[in-house]
Amino acid sequence: MGCGRVGARMAAHMAGNGHTVTVIDLDPRAFRRLPTDYEGTKVTGNAINSKVLERAGIESADAFVAVTQGDNRNYMASQIAKELYRVPQVLCRIYDPIRQEMFDEPALRTFSPTSVGAEIMLGMLGLTEDVD
Amino acid sequence: MYVLIGGGGKVGYYLAEELIRANHEVLIVEQDPSRVRIINDEIEDAVIEGDCCEVATLDRAGIARADLVIAVTGDDEDNLVSCMIARRRGAGRIIARINDPRNEELFKRLGFETTISATQAILAQIEVELPVTDMVPLLQLQSGLEVVEMRLPVNSPAAGRAVRNILLPPESLITLIVDERGSPRIPDGNTVVNAGDALVLVTRREGVESLKEALIGSTHGMDT
Repeated sequence: MGCGRVGARMAAHMAGNGHTVTVIDLDPRAFRRLPTDYEGTKVTGNAINSKVLERAGIESADAFVAVTQGDNRNYMASQIAKELYRVPQVLCRIYDPIRQEMFDEPALRTFSPTSVGAEIMLGMLGLTEDVD
Repeated sequence: MYVLIGGGGKVGYYLAEELIRANHEVLIVEQDPSRVRIINDEIEDAVIEGDCCEVATLDRAGIARADLVIAVTGDDEDNLVSCMIARRRGAGRIIARINDPRNEELFKRLGFETTISATQAILAQIEVELPVTDMVPLLQLQSGLEVVEMRLPVNSPAAGRAVRNILLPPESLITLIVDERGSPRIPDGNTVVNAGDALVLVTRREGVESLKEALIGSTHGMDT
């Protein structure tokens, strides 16, 4: 869900490795980020709408990844995937580190590029011990 | 009671006004500075500017000591996040506004039983206006209880009987009877219900079908 830089990159990688991949985005222009040889499916629509998710084949999905720009939209779509469609692996990007930590659970893994990015850059400056 | 309201749109604002009038302590969290200014002009000291989905803002608003958190923004995903944070912070009761009725099931699955949906409410009113003999859902309470309304049809098996002689499903109660002239009464076991009476009942969601059977009768072969 979300064909931004991260979503497009992940989709291309997985499709290139023989997985069946569907990317969902509100804006069809976002699909231009996919490589020309991308063999997966593209679905235009809002992924917090069950109809769109079903069109994307969520019922048979082994994994769901939410990487739109909206933390809350990602979280809600992930909850739908987990609760209503029982997708075995659900991954959700949440920029806000506090919400990310608060919402992380085994059936819905959250990831914050903010805290991970800060940690890596501090590491590059040799300041890892300062990360709390 | 301390009530925290997420979202200072029309719903949040009017809700705050009513709750303040009823002497509750109320605080609205609203993101849009121009909305904040409007609310501040009308009701003082009842609004802070901030994102009602942000933990720091909600902590500043004292979410942990809130007896009731009501999430009423126009976006269900924002309301969901506010509700989740409220629960993690140990707020008392949590009520969510649902804009898209399709999201109701998700909120229920996640344990947010009390949800308000304008679409559902209006649909219920339309059903009231139509001459259908059916249960109209009025309110969903916590722990799976529902408040429903229905008008007793002429051929109801319960018509003419005393309340204690009507076999209702477990944990179902007739809480209010409004007769055809519009006068309300709270029934006891001896109160007789008549065809045309409007009944307000509390029931379990699982009990709705047997309740219909007890009050409307078998719906099989009704059209003959």
